[in-house]
Amino acid sequence: MTWEWSVIWQYLPRLMEGAWLTLELVLISGLIGIALAIPLSLMRASSQFWLKALPFTYIYFFRGTPLLVQIFLVYYGASQFEFVRESILWPILKQPYWCAIIAFSLNTAAYSAELFRSAIQAIPVGEIEAAEAMGMSKPVQVRRIILPRAFGIALPAYGNEVILMLKGSALASTITLLDLTGMARTIIARTYTPLEMFLAAGLVYLAISALIIGLFRFMEYRFNRYQYYHHTDTPKGLDAQLRDPHIDQ
Amino acid sequence: MANAPTALLLNDIHKSYGDLAVLKGVSLTAYDGDVISILGSSGSGKSTLLRCINLLEHPSQGDITVGNEKLQLKPGKDGNLMAVNRKQLEKMRSRIGFVFQNFNLWPHKTILENIIEAPVQVLKQPKAEAIARAEQLLEKVGLADKRNAYPDNLSGGQKQRVAIARTLAMDPQVLLFDEPTSALDPELVNEVLAVMKELAEEGRTMLIVTHEMRFAKDVSSQVVFLHEGQIEEIGPPDQVFNNPKSTRVQAFMASHR
Repeated sequence: MTWEWSVIWQYLPRLMEGAWLTLELVLISGLIGIALAIPLSLMRASSQFWLKALPFTYIYFFRGTPLLVQIFLVYYGASQFEFVRESILWPILKQPYWCAIIAFSLNTAAYSAELFRSAIQAIPVGEIEAAEAMGMSKPVQVRRIILPRAFGIALPAYGNEVILMLKGSALASTITLLDLTGMARTIIARTYTPLEMFLAAGLVYLAISALIIGLFRFMEYRFNRYQYYHHTDTPKGLDAQLRDPHIDQ
Repeated sequence: MANAPTALLLNDIHKSYGDLAVLKGVSLTAYDGDVISILGSSGSGKSTLLRCINLLEHPSQGDITVGNEKLQLKPGKDGNLMAVNRKQLEKMRSRIGFVFQNFNLWPHKTILENIIEAPVQVLKQPKAEAIARAEQLLEKVGLADKRNAYPDNLSGGQKQRVAIARTLAMDPQVLLFDEPTSALDPELVNEVLAVMKELAEEGRTMLIVTHEMRFAKDVSSQVVFLHEGQIEEIGPPDQVFNNPKSTRVQAFMASHR
């Protein structure tokens, strides 16, 4: 066979449009996902049965069914109900773009909530006890100790979830969206260059993944600074002076 | 110090885990400036008693009074007592300092951030004021140059000194120490004891669960010996260490010489 490299260059701008849509889908549903996941994970980590039960069921459903089924349920399923078609939300729900975002957000919220839940439970009990012993209220503990600490613990695993979401976003092409995969397929239908186009699309996915990995490295370095920080003592003489009376009692 | 006002009053504290009774009615009074060491073998209930005082552990029965404020308690579902009013518990906890065996510093915050966290969030101190106070305290425990380090950068002894500074930043009425040197290398024990000795000399009210006999003898105004969840002997250090009345305490002291 002969390689049609020129086709890639010719359609690169279109491919980039698709890549942009992919990024948009991942970013928006990622943010909505986090916003949903935080309260869900706090409820899930609670010791009260009824508080745990709702997020448990939610997570069980979204982790237990394929993302493709969830997308179809929102896109094809919702429009079957008359009250949905007549509701004020219909202008949003009839657009494949918003259907994809709803399905992705709900899906990633379930996985992220489970990640955050395990991170919350991984915080050493003593650190929470210290906050309790200082007289901190529960909301202050959550805001100042539990969430920042859990965020640091969950960060590496959450980076992985975002990469999985990026790849899952290719399913948006099944509901007519021209994301990176959808765009590649459309171009292929026109030019019949499947190898070149899928290869090019694959490389763009790789580049986006690299970007996400880099971003999370940076965030880890930033938020988990204590793991990378090497402390050097300021003036040696001063240190000795200050410490002596306590060591040689 | 019987003339001084009461700092802490424990009345008939009981604690059971299921059928296992760990504390069987402990009553104890600390007057302002008292340094009370609590001794006893493992499993005698020393740590449980200390943790019951600020409700890290929920007693099954008993009264707790700090200063002249009594902690309002009611029976919970599991049969143990719980605070009637979470706000009152928080307020009382902010007046009781607790130093843990394992330091329990927050690893994601710098040393300075660890110290100012509760004064700013709980006591609502202005940040600048809290920082100034934290710097004083760091100087006091000999770690002024570590203010921007993280707990993981410090040795065990240094961590415990930071934990003490963090507790002092709340200006507590009573300080509770739960085996503060038990997790430390023998070499690092003295630097922590030195800080504690300084606090005792300042006239702070302290309850110390410890295995450091010489230290307890040195700094205590009262020594309590717990045995199987009850006070076996209580008295000035000279009595408990040198002339204990109880045969159990005599045996304990003989094995710790």
